[in-house]
Amino acid sequence: MKIKLSDIAHGRSGDKGDAANIGIIAYDSAGYEIIKQNLTVEKVKEHFEGICFGNVERFELPNLLALNFLLHNTLGGGGTVSLKHDAQGKTLASALLRMEIEV
Amino acid sequence: MKEKIRIAAGQGFWGDLIDAPYHQVTKGHIDYLILDYLAEVTMSILQKQKNKNHELGYAKDIPELMRKILPIITTKKIKVITNGGGVNPISCANALLKVAKEIGIKNLKIGVVLGDDIKDRLDELITGGAELKNMETDKPIAAVKEKIVSANVYFGAFPIVEALEKGADIIITGRTTDTGLTLAPMIYEFGWKVNDYDLLSAGTIAGHILECGAQSSGGNFLGDWQSIPDMAEIGFPIAEAFPNGEFIITKHLNTGGLVSFETVAEQLVYEIGDPKSYITPDCVADFTSIKLADLGNDRVKVFDIKGFPETEFYKVSCSYEDGYSSVATLTYSYPQALTKAKAADEILRKRLSNLNLQFDEIRTEFVGYNSTHGPLSKILDEEDINEIMLRVAVRGKDYNAIERFGKEIAPLILTGPPSVTGFAGGRPKPSQVIAYWPALIPKKFVKPIVKMLEL
Repeated sequence: MKIKLSDIAHGRSGDKGDAANIGIIAYDSAGYEIIKQNLTVEKVKEHFEGICFGNVERFELPNLLALNFLLHNTLGGGGTVSLKHDAQGKTLASALLRMEIEV
Repeated sequence: MKEKIRIAAGQGFWGDLIDAPYHQVTKGHIDYLILDYLAEVTMSILQKQKNKNHELGYAKDIPELMRKILPIITTKKIKVITNGGGVNPISCANALLKVAKEIGIKNLKIGVVLGDDIKDRLDELITGGAELKNMETDKPIAAVKEKIVSANVYFGAFPIVEALEKGADIIITGRTTDTGLTLAPMIYEFGWKVNDYDLLSAGTIAGHILECGAQSSGGNFLGDWQSIPDMAEIGFPIAEAFPNGEFIITKHLNTGGLVSFETVAEQLVYEIGDPKSYITPDCVADFTSIKLADLGNDRVKVFDIKGFPETEFYKVSCSYEDGYSSVATLTYSYPQALTKAKAADEILRKRLSNLNLQFDEIRTEFVGYNSTHGPLSKILDEEDINEIMLRVAVRGKDYNAIERFGKEIAPLILTGPPSVTGFAGGRPKPSQVIAYWPALIPKKFVKPIVKMLEL
Protein backbone atom coordinates (compact mmCIF):
# COMPACT_ATOMS: atom_id res chain seq x y z
CA MET A 1 0.00 0.00 0.00
CA LYS A 2 1.25 3.47 -0.89
CA ILE A 3 0.95 6.33 1.56
CA LYS A 4 1.92 9.97 1.37
CA LEU A 5 4.62 11.06 3.78
CA SER A 6 2.28 13.88 4.87
CA ASP A 7 -0.14 11.22 6.22
CA ILE A 8 2.34 10.20 8.92
CA ALA A 9 4.61 13.21 9.42
CA HIS A 10 4.91 16.99 9.43
CA GLY A 11 7.95 19.25 9.44
CA ARG A 12 9.59 22.60 8.81
CA SER A 13 12.32 23.82 6.49
CA GLY A 14 14.64 26.80 6.31
CA ASP A 15 18.02 28.01 5.14
CA LYS A 16 21.57 27.60 6.33
CA GLY A 17 23.56 29.53 3.75
CA ASP A 18 23.16 27.77 0.41
CA ALA A 19 21.95 24.61 2.17
CA ALA A 20 18.33 23.93 3.01
CA ASN A 21 17.43 22.27 6.30
CA ILE A 22 14.36 20.06 6.34
CA GLY A 23 13.16 18.62 9.65
CA ILE A 24 10.58 15.84 9.33
CA ILE A 25 8.64 14.80 12.44
CA ALA A 26 6.51 11.63 12.65
CA TYR A 27 3.17 11.82 14.46
CA ASP A 28 3.88 8.59 16.41
CA SER A 29 6.61 6.02 16.97
CA ALA A 30 5.27 3.68 14.29
CA GLY A 31 5.54 6.57 11.87
CA TYR A 32 9.06 7.27 13.06
CA GLU A 33 10.11 3.71 12.20
CA ILE A 34 8.67 4.19 8.70
CA ILE A 35 10.46 7.47 8.05
CA LYS A 36 13.68 6.14 9.57
CA GLN A 37 13.65 3.20 7.16
CA ASN A 38 12.35 4.95 4.08
CA LEU A 39 13.81 8.46 4.11
CA THR A 40 17.32 7.45 3.20
CA VAL A 41 19.90 9.94 1.98
CA GLU A 42 19.64 8.40 -1.52
CA LYS A 43 15.85 8.63 -1.65
CA VAL A 44 15.79 12.22 -0.47
CA LYS A 45 18.48 13.18 -2.98
CA GLU A 46 16.51 11.48 -5.77
CA HIS A 47 13.27 13.19 -4.67
CA PHE A 48 14.94 16.59 -4.95
CA GLU A 49 16.54 16.01 -8.36
CA GLY A 50 16.72 19.35 -10.15
CA ILE A 51 16.46 21.21 -6.81
CA CYS A 52 19.33 19.87 -4.70
CA PHE A 53 22.67 19.97 -6.53
CA GLY A 54 24.90 18.98 -3.60
CA ASN A 55 25.07 16.13 -1.13
CA VAL A 56 22.38 15.30 1.40
CA GLU A 57 23.17 14.78 5.09
CA ARG A 58 20.78 12.99 7.43
CA PHE A 59 20.57 13.16 11.23
CA GLU A 60 18.30 11.23 13.60
CA LEU A 61 16.43 12.75 16.56
CA PRO A 62 14.56 9.74 17.99
CA ASN A 63 13.64 11.82 21.05
CA LEU A 64 11.46 14.05 18.85
CA LEU A 65 10.50 11.24 16.41
CA ALA A 66 12.31 13.36 13.86
CA LEU A 67 14.89 13.30 11.11
CA ASN A 68 16.85 16.34 10.02
CA PHE A 69 18.21 16.71 6.50
CA LEU A 70 20.72 19.18 5.16
CA LEU A 71 20.49 19.60 1.39
CA HIS A 72 23.64 21.29 0.18
CA ASN A 73 23.83 23.53 -2.92
CA THR A 74 20.06 23.91 -3.03
CA LEU A 75 19.10 27.56 -2.60
CA GLY A 76 20.75 29.18 -5.63
CA GLY A 77 23.49 30.77 -3.54
CA GLY A 78 21.34 31.51 -0.49
CA GLY A 79 20.55 34.81 1.19
CA THR A 80 20.15 37.79 -1.10
CA VAL A 81 22.36 36.16 -3.77
CA SER A 82 19.62 33.68 -4.65
CA LEU A 83 17.27 34.47 -7.51
CA LYS A 84 14.77 31.84 -6.36
CA HIS A 85 11.26 32.87 -5.38
CA ASP A 86 11.73 30.62 -2.34
CA ALA A 87 15.31 31.70 -1.60
CA GLN A 88 15.14 30.42 1.98
CA GLY A 89 13.71 26.97 1.24
CA LYS A 90 10.64 27.69 3.35
CA THR A 91 8.43 25.46 1.18
CA LEU A 92 10.79 22.50 0.88
CA ALA A 93 9.40 20.62 3.91
CA SER A 94 6.04 20.43 2.15
CA ALA A 95 7.89 19.37 -1.01
CA LEU A 96 9.43 16.42 0.85
CA LEU A 97 6.07 15.54 2.43
CA ARG A 98 4.73 14.93 -1.13
CA MET A 99 6.83 11.78 -1.28
CA GLU A 100 4.96 8.50 -1.62
CA ILE A 101 6.10 5.58 0.50
CA GLU A 102 5.33 1.87 0.08
CA VAL A 103 4.30 0.35 3.44
CA MET B 1 17.05 33.11 43.99
CA LYS B 2 13.74 33.21 42.14
CA GLU B 3 11.92 29.87 41.87
CA LYS B 4 11.02 30.53 38.28
CA ILE B 5 11.13 33.29 35.69
CA ARG B 6 8.94 33.91 32.68
CA ILE B 7 10.75 35.04 29.54
CA ALA B 8 8.59 36.22 26.64
CA ALA B 9 9.43 36.46 22.95
CA GLY B 10 8.29 39.74 21.42
CA GLN B 11 9.74 39.66 17.88
CA GLY B 12 10.91 36.83 15.64
CA PHE B 13 12.66 39.15 13.18
CA TRP B 14 12.68 42.83 12.24
CA GLY B 15 9.33 43.21 10.56
CA ASP B 16 7.37 40.88 12.84
CA LEU B 17 3.97 41.83 14.33
CA ILE B 18 4.50 45.36 15.66
CA ASP B 19 2.17 44.97 18.65
CA ALA B 20 3.38 41.55 19.82
CA PRO B 21 5.72 43.01 22.50
CA TYR B 22 2.87 45.20 23.81
CA HIS B 23 0.61 42.15 24.14
CA GLN B 24 3.39 40.21 25.89
CA VAL B 25 3.78 42.88 28.59
CA THR B 26 0.06 43.51 29.08
CA LYS B 27 -1.81 40.20 28.74
CA GLY B 28 -0.23 38.38 31.67
CA HIS B 29 2.78 38.16 33.95
CA ILE B 30 6.33 38.07 32.53
CA ASP B 31 9.75 38.93 33.97
CA TYR B 32 11.74 39.43 30.77
CA LEU B 33 10.87 40.51 27.24
CA ILE B 34 13.21 39.33 24.47
CA LEU B 35 13.31 41.17 21.14
CA ASP B 36 15.26 39.51 18.33
CA TYR B 37 15.63 41.87 15.39
CA LEU B 38 18.70 40.64 13.56
CA ALA B 39 19.06 38.44 10.53
CA GLU B 40 22.26 38.38 8.47
CA VAL B 41 20.74 40.62 5.82
CA THR B 42 19.65 43.08 8.51
CA MET B 43 23.25 43.83 9.55
CA SER B 44 24.23 44.98 6.05
CA ILE B 45 21.09 47.11 5.72
CA LEU B 46 21.81 48.75 9.08
CA GLN B 47 25.45 49.35 8.19
CA LYS B 48 24.38 51.12 4.99
CA GLN B 49 22.01 53.32 7.00
CA LYS B 50 24.85 54.15 9.40
CA ASN B 51 27.16 55.00 6.49
CA LYS B 52 24.64 57.62 5.38
CA ASN B 53 23.91 58.93 8.90
CA HIS B 54 26.18 58.00 11.79
CA GLU B 55 23.27 58.35 14.24
CA LEU B 56 21.46 55.43 12.56
CA GLY B 57 22.20 51.72 12.17
CA TYR B 58 19.81 50.19 14.71
CA ALA B 59 16.24 48.86 14.58
CA LYS B 60 14.29 52.11 14.40
CA ASP B 61 11.16 50.36 15.71
CA ILE B 62 12.70 50.22 19.19
CA PRO B 63 12.29 53.85 20.36
CA GLU B 64 8.68 53.92 19.14
CA LEU B 65 7.93 50.58 20.78
CA MET B 66 9.49 51.82 24.01
CA ARG B 67 7.36 54.96 24.00
CA LYS B 68 4.39 52.61 24.26
CA ILE B 69 5.72 50.02 26.71
CA LEU B 70 8.20 51.88 28.96
CA PRO B 71 5.52 53.04 31.44
CA ILE B 72 4.28 49.44 31.65
CA ILE B 73 7.64 47.69 32.01
CA THR B 74 8.95 50.16 34.58
CA THR B 75 5.80 49.70 36.70
CA LYS B 76 5.79 45.92 36.35
CA LYS B 77 9.60 45.64 36.59
CA ILE B 78 9.92 43.73 33.33
CA LYS B 79 13.43 43.77 31.88
CA VAL B 80 13.93 44.01 28.13
CA ILE B 81 16.78 42.37 26.24
CA THR B 82 17.27 43.07 22.54
CA ASN B 83 19.89 42.71 19.83
CA GLY B 84 18.19 45.51 17.90
CA GLY B 85 21.17 47.79 18.55
CA GLY B 86 22.44 46.42 15.24
CA VAL B 87 25.64 48.22 14.20
CA ASN B 88 24.95 51.20 16.48
CA PRO B 89 23.76 50.08 19.94
CA ILE B 90 24.89 53.34 21.61
CA SER B 91 22.75 55.50 19.31
CA CYS B 92 19.86 53.11 19.92
CA ALA B 93 20.31 53.52 23.69
CA ASN B 94 20.49 57.32 23.36
CA ALA B 95 17.32 57.37 21.27
CA LEU B 96 15.65 55.30 23.95
CA LEU B 97 16.84 57.61 26.74
CA LYS B 98 15.44 60.55 24.80
CA VAL B 99 12.03 58.87 24.58
CA ALA B 100 12.17 57.95 28.28
CA LYS B 101 12.91 61.56 29.21
CA GLU B 102 10.07 62.83 27.00
CA ILE B 103 7.51 60.65 28.73
CA GLY B 104 8.81 61.34 32.22
CA ILE B 105 10.45 58.02 33.11
CA LYS B 106 12.93 58.21 36.00
CA ASN B 107 15.73 55.92 37.16
CA LEU B 108 16.27 53.93 34.00
CA LYS B 109 19.47 51.95 33.50
CA ILE B 110 20.42 50.79 30.03
CA GLY B 111 23.20 48.28 29.49
CA VAL B 112 24.87 48.38 26.09
CA VAL B 113 26.96 45.49 24.76
CA LEU B 114 29.68 46.59 22.35
CA GLY B 115 32.77 45.10 20.74
CA ASP B 116 31.11 42.79 18.21
CA ASP B 117 31.64 45.19 15.29
CA ILE B 118 35.07 44.37 13.79
CA LYS B 119 34.61 46.06 10.42
CA ASP B 120 37.18 48.76 11.16
CA ARG B 121 39.57 46.27 12.80
CA LEU B 122 39.87 43.81 9.91
CA ASP B 123 43.40 44.82 8.84
CA GLU B 124 44.69 44.69 12.40
CA LEU B 125 43.03 41.30 13.02
CA ILE B 126 44.36 39.78 9.79
CA THR B 127 47.88 41.06 10.55
CA GLY B 128 47.50 39.67 14.06
CA GLY B 129 46.85 36.19 12.69
CA ALA B 130 43.06 35.93 12.47
CA GLU B 131 42.64 34.40 9.03
CA LEU B 132 38.85 34.76 8.78
CA LYS B 133 38.77 32.11 6.07
CA ASN B 134 35.35 31.38 4.60
CA MET B 135 33.93 28.46 6.59
CA GLU B 136 32.27 26.99 3.51
CA THR B 137 34.84 27.58 0.75
CA ASP B 138 38.07 27.91 2.81
CA LYS B 139 39.04 31.00 0.75
CA PRO B 140 41.04 33.78 2.45
CA ILE B 141 39.10 36.97 3.23
CA ALA B 142 41.46 39.06 1.07
CA ALA B 143 39.31 38.00 -1.92
CA VAL B 144 36.43 40.21 -0.74
CA LYS B 145 37.99 42.55 1.80
CA GLU B 146 37.61 45.73 -0.25
CA LYS B 147 33.91 45.05 -0.80
CA ILE B 148 32.97 44.33 2.82
CA VAL B 149 29.90 46.20 4.09
CA SER B 150 29.68 44.84 7.65
CA ALA B 151 31.65 42.45 9.87
CA ASN B 152 30.35 41.32 13.24
CA VAL B 153 31.22 38.72 15.84
CA TYR B 154 28.38 36.77 17.44
CA PHE B 155 28.60 37.23 21.20
CA GLY B 156 26.76 34.94 23.60
CA ALA B 157 24.82 35.41 26.82
CA PHE B 158 27.57 36.44 29.25
CA PRO B 159 27.99 40.11 28.26
CA ILE B 160 24.21 40.50 28.84
CA VAL B 161 24.60 38.77 32.23
CA GLU B 162 27.26 41.36 33.11
CA ALA B 163 24.85 44.17 32.22
CA LEU B 164 22.12 42.56 34.36
CA GLU B 165 24.57 42.31 37.27
CA LYS B 166 25.25 46.03 36.89
CA GLY B 167 21.55 46.67 37.34
CA ALA B 168 20.41 47.20 33.75
CA ASP B 169 16.66 47.43 33.18
CA ILE B 170 17.08 47.33 29.41
CA ILE B 171 19.93 45.72 27.51
CA ILE B 172 20.75 46.64 23.95
CA THR B 173 23.33 44.63 22.05
CA GLY B 174 24.80 44.49 18.60
CA ARG B 175 25.31 41.04 17.06
CA THR B 176 24.40 38.68 19.88
CA THR B 177 23.18 35.16 19.17
CA ASP B 178 19.40 34.95 19.20
CA THR B 179 19.60 32.19 21.81
CA GLY B 180 21.87 34.23 24.11
CA LEU B 181 19.07 36.76 24.68
CA THR B 182 16.96 34.10 26.41
CA LEU B 183 19.80 32.25 28.12
CA ALA B 184 21.21 35.37 29.82
CA PRO B 185 18.38 36.02 32.30
CA MET B 186 18.46 32.35 33.37
CA ILE B 187 22.20 32.54 34.09
CA TYR B 188 21.68 35.79 36.00
CA GLU B 189 18.62 34.78 38.03
CA PHE B 190 19.66 31.20 38.82
CA GLY B 191 23.39 31.74 39.28
CA TRP B 192 24.44 29.28 36.57
CA LYS B 193 28.20 29.03 36.00
CA VAL B 194 30.22 29.19 32.79
CA ASN B 195 30.82 25.44 32.96
CA ASP B 196 27.24 24.36 33.77
CA TYR B 197 27.01 23.02 30.25
CA ASP B 198 23.76 21.10 30.66
CA LEU B 199 22.06 24.16 32.12
CA LEU B 200 23.54 26.53 29.55
CA SER B 201 22.35 24.16 26.81
CA ALA B 202 18.86 24.09 28.32
CA GLY B 203 18.72 27.90 28.24
CA THR B 204 20.11 27.89 24.71
CA ILE B 205 17.40 25.51 23.53
CA ALA B 206 14.74 27.66 25.23
CA GLY B 207 16.22 30.50 23.20
CA HIS B 208 15.99 28.48 19.99
CA ILE B 209 12.30 27.85 20.69
CA LEU B 210 11.62 31.56 21.32
CA GLU B 211 13.85 33.13 18.68
CA CYS B 212 11.39 32.93 15.80
CA GLY B 213 8.46 34.31 17.76
CA ALA B 214 5.12 32.64 17.08
CA GLN B 215 6.70 29.93 14.95
CA SER B 216 6.59 27.81 18.13
CA SER B 217 3.06 28.80 19.14
CA GLY B 218 1.12 27.83 16.03
CA GLY B 219 2.47 30.07 13.28
CA ASN B 220 3.82 28.49 10.09
CA PHE B 221 2.68 25.12 11.46
CA LEU B 222 2.80 22.40 8.82
CA GLY B 223 0.89 19.79 10.82
CA ASP B 224 -2.87 20.27 10.99
CA TRP B 225 -2.56 24.00 10.45
CA GLN B 226 -6.28 24.54 10.08
CA SER B 227 -6.76 23.33 13.66
CA ILE B 228 -4.75 26.27 15.07
CA PRO B 229 -7.23 28.55 16.84
CA ASP B 230 -7.48 32.29 16.22
CA MET B 231 -4.26 32.96 14.35
CA ALA B 232 -5.33 36.60 13.97
CA GLU B 233 -4.63 37.12 17.66
CA ILE B 234 -1.81 34.63 17.97
CA GLY B 235 -0.01 34.61 21.32
CA PHE B 236 3.77 34.70 21.17
CA PRO B 237 5.67 32.05 23.16
CA ILE B 238 6.83 32.35 26.75
CA ALA B 239 9.46 30.18 28.45
CA GLU B 240 8.75 29.55 32.12
CA ALA B 241 12.21 28.60 33.34
CA PHE B 242 13.35 26.83 36.52
CA PRO B 243 16.77 26.76 38.23
CA ASN B 244 17.32 23.06 37.37
CA GLY B 245 17.22 23.79 33.63
CA GLU B 246 13.70 22.54 33.03
CA PHE B 247 11.33 24.93 31.32
CA ILE B 248 7.78 25.08 30.08
CA ILE B 249 6.86 26.68 26.78
CA THR B 250 3.51 28.40 27.01
CA LYS B 251 1.67 31.62 26.03
CA HIS B 252 -0.68 34.07 27.70
CA LEU B 253 -4.25 32.96 28.40
CA ASN B 254 -6.92 34.22 26.02
CA THR B 255 -4.59 34.55 23.05
CA GLY B 256 -4.76 32.68 19.75
CA GLY B 257 -2.38 30.04 18.45
CA LEU B 258 -1.36 26.74 20.04
CA VAL B 259 1.55 25.41 22.06
CA SER B 260 1.74 21.63 21.66
CA PHE B 261 4.33 18.86 21.26
CA GLU B 262 4.01 19.31 17.48
CA THR B 263 4.30 23.10 17.33
CA VAL B 264 7.37 23.08 19.60
CA ALA B 265 8.96 20.12 17.78
CA GLU B 266 8.65 21.93 14.43
CA GLN B 267 10.54 24.92 15.80
CA LEU B 268 13.19 22.65 17.35
CA VAL B 269 14.11 21.19 13.96
CA TYR B 270 14.10 24.60 12.25
CA GLU B 271 17.41 25.76 10.77
CA ILE B 272 19.55 23.23 12.58
CA GLY B 273 22.46 21.18 11.24
CA ASP B 274 23.90 18.28 13.23
CA PRO B 275 21.47 18.07 16.17
CA LYS B 276 24.15 16.68 18.50
CA SER B 277 26.26 19.77 17.99
CA TYR B 278 24.35 23.06 18.11
CA ILE B 279 27.26 25.44 18.55
CA THR B 280 26.92 28.76 20.36
CA PRO B 281 29.53 30.99 22.04
CA ASP B 282 28.32 29.69 25.43
CA CYS B 283 28.08 25.92 24.94
CA VAL B 284 27.40 23.13 22.45
CA ALA B 285 23.83 21.90 22.93
CA ASP B 286 22.68 18.38 22.14
CA PHE B 287 19.22 18.45 20.53
CA THR B 288 19.01 14.65 20.67
CA SER B 289 18.84 14.85 24.48
CA ILE B 290 15.72 17.06 24.57
CA LYS B 291 12.62 15.55 26.13
CA LEU B 292 9.20 17.08 25.51
CA ALA B 293 6.05 16.47 27.54
CA ASP B 294 2.80 18.00 26.34
CA LEU B 295 1.01 19.00 29.56
CA GLY B 296 -2.09 20.24 27.71
CA ASN B 297 -3.60 23.73 27.91
CA ASP B 298 -0.81 25.26 25.80
CA ARG B 299 1.97 24.04 28.10
CA VAL B 300 4.89 21.90 26.90
CA LYS B 301 7.58 20.87 29.36
CA VAL B 302 11.14 20.67 28.00
CA PHE B 303 13.70 18.80 30.13
CA ASP B 304 16.68 16.43 30.43
CA ILE B 305 18.86 18.57 28.13
CA LYS B 306 22.56 17.77 27.86
CA GLY B 307 25.39 19.86 26.53
CA PHE B 308 29.11 20.19 26.09
CA PRO B 309 31.83 22.86 26.51
CA GLU B 310 31.92 25.83 24.18
CA THR B 311 34.48 26.00 21.37
CA GLU B 312 37.49 28.34 21.29
CA PHE B 313 35.98 30.42 18.50
CA TYR B 314 33.38 33.07 17.92
CA LYS B 315 31.48 32.98 14.67
CA VAL B 316 31.92 36.04 12.46
CA SER B 317 29.47 37.18 9.83
CA CYS B 318 30.73 39.55 7.16
CA SER B 319 28.59 40.91 4.37
CA TYR B 320 30.04 42.14 1.09
CA GLU B 321 28.81 43.68 -2.15
CA ASP B 322 28.57 41.09 -4.90
CA GLY B 323 27.05 42.68 -8.02
CA TYR B 324 23.42 43.42 -8.82
CA SER B 325 20.14 41.66 -9.39
CA SER B 326 16.68 42.45 -10.67
CA VAL B 327 13.35 40.64 -10.61
CA ALA B 328 10.46 41.15 -13.03
CA THR B 329 6.97 39.67 -13.12
CA LEU B 330 4.10 39.59 -15.63
CA THR B 331 0.76 37.79 -15.27
CA TYR B 332 -0.84 35.76 -18.10
CA SER B 333 -4.48 34.66 -17.99
CA TYR B 334 -6.54 31.72 -19.24
CA PRO B 335 -6.58 30.21 -21.80
CA GLN B 336 -3.10 28.65 -22.27
CA ALA B 337 -1.70 30.77 -19.45
CA LEU B 338 1.39 28.62 -18.95
CA THR B 339 2.12 28.33 -22.68
CA LYS B 340 1.88 32.12 -23.03
CA ALA B 341 4.19 32.70 -20.05
CA LYS B 342 6.73 30.22 -21.46
CA ALA B 343 6.58 31.90 -24.88
CA ALA B 344 7.12 35.33 -23.29
CA ASP B 345 10.15 33.98 -21.43
CA GLU B 346 11.63 32.65 -24.68
CA ILE B 347 11.07 35.97 -26.46
CA LEU B 348 12.64 37.88 -23.57
CA ARG B 349 15.69 35.62 -23.47
CA LYS B 350 16.18 35.94 -27.22
CA ARG B 351 16.09 39.75 -26.96
CA LEU B 352 18.54 39.73 -24.03
CA SER B 353 20.83 37.49 -26.06
CA ASN B 354 20.55 39.74 -29.14
CA LEU B 355 21.61 42.65 -26.94
CA ASN B 356 24.69 40.68 -25.87
CA LEU B 357 23.99 41.33 -22.22
CA GLN B 358 26.15 39.40 -19.77
CA PHE B 359 24.58 37.88 -16.65
CA ASP B 360 25.92 35.43 -14.08
CA GLU B 361 22.49 33.84 -13.91
CA ILE B 362 19.02 34.15 -15.43
CA ARG B 363 16.26 32.29 -13.65
CA THR B 364 12.69 31.80 -14.81
CA GLU B 365 9.88 30.54 -12.59
CA PHE B 366 6.18 30.22 -13.24
CA VAL B 367 4.32 31.32 -10.10
CA GLY B 368 1.15 29.28 -9.86
CA TYR B 369 2.94 26.29 -11.31
CA ASN B 370 6.52 25.58 -10.20
CA SER B 371 8.10 28.45 -8.25
CA THR B 372 8.12 26.59 -4.94
CA HIS B 373 8.44 22.86 -5.70
CA GLY B 374 10.27 23.06 -9.04
CA PRO B 375 10.45 19.73 -10.87
CA LEU B 376 8.20 18.11 -8.23
CA SER B 377 5.27 20.18 -9.52
CA LYS B 378 2.62 18.10 -11.23
CA ILE B 379 2.14 18.86 -14.90
CA LEU B 380 -1.19 20.63 -15.13
CA ASP B 381 -3.85 20.54 -17.82
CA GLU B 382 -3.93 24.07 -19.29
CA GLU B 383 -7.73 23.95 -19.00
CA ASP B 384 -7.31 23.89 -15.21
CA ILE B 385 -4.98 26.88 -15.03
CA ASN B 386 -6.66 30.27 -14.60
CA GLU B 387 -3.49 32.33 -14.60
CA ILE B 388 0.29 32.17 -14.31
CA MET B 389 2.75 34.77 -13.15
CA LEU B 390 5.98 34.77 -15.13
CA ARG B 391 8.87 35.62 -12.81
CA VAL B 392 12.28 36.26 -14.35
CA ALA B 393 15.29 37.21 -12.23
CA VAL B 394 18.83 38.12 -13.31
CA ARG B 395 22.07 38.60 -11.43
CA GLY B 396 25.47 39.87 -12.60
CA LYS B 397 28.39 42.22 -12.09
CA ASP B 398 27.43 44.69 -14.86
CA TYR B 399 25.00 47.29 -13.51
CA ASN B 400 24.08 48.48 -17.00
CA ALA B 401 23.14 44.99 -18.15
CA ILE B 402 20.89 44.51 -15.12
CA GLU B 403 19.31 47.92 -15.67
CA ARG B 404 18.70 47.17 -19.37
CA PHE B 405 16.99 43.90 -18.40
CA GLY B 406 14.45 46.02 -16.50
CA LYS B 407 13.67 47.94 -19.68
CA GLU B 408 12.87 44.77 -21.64
CA ILE B 409 9.88 43.70 -19.49
CA ALA B 410 7.09 46.21 -20.22
CA PRO B 411 7.58 45.94 -24.01
CA LEU B 412 6.47 42.29 -23.77
CA ILE B 413 2.93 43.55 -23.14
CA LEU B 414 2.59 45.07 -26.63
CA THR B 415 5.09 42.85 -28.44
CA GLY B 416 4.46 39.37 -26.99
CA PRO B 417 1.70 36.86 -26.17
CA PRO B 418 -1.79 38.20 -25.31
CA SER B 419 -3.93 38.54 -22.14
CA VAL B 420 -1.09 39.85 -20.02
CA THR B 421 -1.19 42.30 -17.13
CA GLY B 422 0.48 43.16 -13.85
CA PHE B 423 3.02 45.75 -14.81
CA ALA B 424 2.00 48.70 -12.71
CA GLY B 425 5.08 49.30 -10.64
CA GLY B 426 7.33 50.71 -13.36
CA ARG B 427 10.63 49.27 -14.54
CA PRO B 428 12.31 46.97 -12.05
CA LYS B 429 15.47 48.65 -10.75
CA PRO B 430 18.76 46.88 -10.10
CA SER B 431 19.35 46.16 -6.43
CA GLN B 432 22.72 45.48 -4.90
CA VAL B 433 23.45 41.85 -4.06
CA ILE B 434 24.86 41.39 -0.58
CA ALA B 435 26.69 38.11 -0.06
CA TYR B 436 27.86 36.55 3.21
CA TRP B 437 31.23 35.50 4.41
CA PRO B 438 30.91 33.21 7.41
CA ALA B 439 34.16 32.75 9.35
CA LEU B 440 35.55 31.85 12.76
CA ILE B 441 37.78 33.96 14.98
CA PRO B 442 39.70 32.78 18.07
CA LYS B 443 37.98 34.28 21.13
CA LYS B 444 41.19 36.00 22.31
CA PHE B 445 40.96 38.54 19.46
CA VAL B 446 37.70 40.15 20.59
CA LYS B 447 36.38 41.29 23.95
CA PRO B 448 32.79 42.26 24.66
CA ILE B 449 32.44 45.66 26.34
CA VAL B 450 29.50 46.50 28.59
CA LYS B 451 28.64 50.16 28.94
CA MET B 452 25.98 51.53 31.29
CA LEU B 453 23.86 54.59 30.48
CA GLU B 454 21.53 56.05 33.06
CA LEU B 455 18.64 58.44 33.29
